[in-house]
Amino acid sequence: MTAAIALQGAVKRFGDFTALAGVDLTVERGEFFGLLGPNGAGKTTLISLLAGLARPSAGSVRVMGFDVVRDYRQARRAIGVVPQELVFDPFFTVREILRIQSGYFGLTRNEDWIEELLHGLGLADKAEANMRTLSGGMKRRVLVAQALVHRPPVIVLDEPTAGVDVELRHGLWQFIQKLNEQGHTILLTTHYLEEAESLCHRIAMLKAGRIVALDTTERLLARFQAHELEVRLDRPEAALALGGVAGEDGWVRIPFEHYADIEGLLRRLREGGAEVRELRVGEPDLERVFVEVMRSA
Amino acid sequence: MPECFGAGFRTLFYKEVMRFWKVAFQTVAAPILNALLFLLIFSNVLDRHVTTYGEVPYTAFLIPGLAIMSVLQNAFANSSSSLIQSKVTGNIVFVLLPPLSHQEFFWGYALACVVRGLAVGLGVILVGLVFVDLPLAAPLWALAFAVIGSLLLGSLGIVAGIWADKFDQLAAFQNFLVMPLTMLSGVFYSIAALPPFWQKVSHLNPFFFLIDGFRYGFFGQADTNPWVSLLVSLAATAVVVALTLAMLARGYKLRQ
Repeated sequence: MTAAIALQGAVKRFGDFTALAGVDLTVERGEFFGLLGPNGAGKTTLISLLAGLARPSAGSVRVMGFDVVRDYRQARRAIGVVPQELVFDPFFTVREILRIQSGYFGLTRNEDWIEELLHGLGLADKAEANMRTLSGGMKRRVLVAQALVHRPPVIVLDEPTAGVDVELRHGLWQFIQKLNEQGHTILLTTHYLEEAESLCHRIAMLKAGRIVALDTTERLLARFQAHELEVRLDRPEAALALGGVAGEDGWVRIPFEHYADIEGLLRRLREGGAEVRELRVGEPDLERVFVEVMRSA
Repeated sequence: MPECFGAGFRTLFYKEVMRFWKVAFQTVAAPILNALLFLLIFSNVLDRHVTTYGEVPYTAFLIPGLAIMSVLQNAFANSSSSLIQSKVTGNIVFVLLPPLSHQEFFWGYALACVVRGLAVGLGVILVGLVFVDLPLAAPLWALAFAVIGSLLLGSLGIVAGIWADKFDQLAAFQNFLVMPLTMLSGVFYSIAALPPFWQKVSHLNPFFFLIDGFRYGFFGQADTNPWVSLLVSLAATAVVVALTLAMLARGYKLRQ
C-alpha cells in the first residue's frame, strides 16, 4: 500500500538559503505523526511542499502516491491543510466560506458534510455569521473545517492550537482523534510538546532542514530514558558530586535509571553531609528528549 | 466542458463576483457617481461650444467615453484589489491549496472583472440617458469592445495584483500606467482635434482603440476604422492574457 506521505531527498532552497536539505520521510496511512523542531527548522517549508504552496528544488514529494508537482490535482485532493496563521476572507459567512472551499474541489453538493463539520466543530450557531465577527478560537475552528471540507485522507495541522484556549484545544483534539480513528492520516506540528507526546504515534524532529530524530514516541522517550531526582539541599555541591546538574532556584537534577536507585542516591547525599530540604522525581518527557536531541544534533 | 471551466473555475468566478457585489455601493455605485460628476462638469462647460463627428453634441460624445473608461478602470481594480488583499491578509492560501489549474485561476478572476466592468459601464450609460438621447448604431460593436477591454484590464489587474507586494506599489501601477493611458486615450475628446504629432502618439496607446471602437458602437462613426481598432485591441489583449497565463503557470510570487 502506498504511503500517505513520502518525501525522498526533498530539498528546498530559497536563493542561497537551504530550508530543507534532503529530507527522506515516510508517513504510513492512518498514522498520527508529529513533526517537531525549533523555529526555522523547516517544518512549514515541508508542509508547503506537501500542500503545493512551494515546489521542491530537488527530490520528490508524494501524497497518497501522487507527485505534488506532476499529479498536483490528485495530490491536492488528498490533503487538507490547516495553516498556521489565522487567515480568513472577510466578505463571507462561515457557511459561504465552506461552500466556496468545497466548490474549489469540485464538490458542489456537499451540504450534508458541511453540516456535519459545523456541528462537529461547534460552529453550527455561527454558520451564518460573517468571519470578521468571530473570535480567534472560532476562526481557528473554521480553518479546520475548511481543511476537511473535501474529506481528505491526509490532514496537516500546522500549529493548530497556537493561542487557543484549553477548552477549544481539548475539543479540537477529540475531533482530530476521531478522524484519525476513522482512518485519516494526521501530520501535526506543534510547539506544545505534551500534545505531541500524548497524540502522536511517531515523531520526527527537524533541525536546520534535516531530520535529526525519527522514531515512535515510545522509543524516543526510552532512548533518552533518564528519570531525574530533583533535590534542593543545604549543600548543593554534594549533589553535583553525584553527577547532578544545577537547575534554577537552587534545584539540582540527578539522573537515575531505576526507581530502586533513589534510596542509594539519598544515602550518598546523607553520607556527603547534605540535608535534603525538598525533593521531587522528574519523569522523562518529550520536552527533555527534544532539548537533548537539539543540543546533540 | 473543458476542465478549465469546471466546478473549481465556476466557484472562483462566483466568489469573485460576490466579493464585489457584497460591497456594490463601493464597487459599482461609486464609479457611476464619479462618471456622473465628470459628465455634469464637462457637459455644462463644453456642451454649447463643442460638437464632434459633425453634429454629435459633446455630452452625447462624452457618455460612451466615460462608460468605457469606467469599464476599464473597474475591471483593473477588481482583480488587482482582490489579489493584493488576499496576499496581504494571507487568505490567498485558500485559492492555492485546492486543485485549481492556472487556467481556472485566470478565468475565474478575469471573467469576474468583465462582469464588474460591464455592470459599471451599463450603469454609466443608463445614468447618461437621463441627460441626453444616445444613439446605439452598432450595439454588438460596443459590447465587443467593452468585453475585450475589461478582459485586457482584468488581466493587467491580475499581473499587478500578483506583482505588487504592497498597496502603494499597486497604487503606482494604477496611477502611473492605467490612469494616464485611459485619460489620454480620447475619453474626453476626439483625437481629430489634436495636432498631427499627438494624433500619432495616441495611436501608440492601445486604450485609444478600445475607446474609439466602443464609441463606434453608439455613433456608427469613429476616429479610426473599427476593424483596425478591433484587431489592435484583440492583439493587445492576447499578449497580456498570454503573459498573465505564463506568470500563473510558473507560480510567480504565488508558489515559491
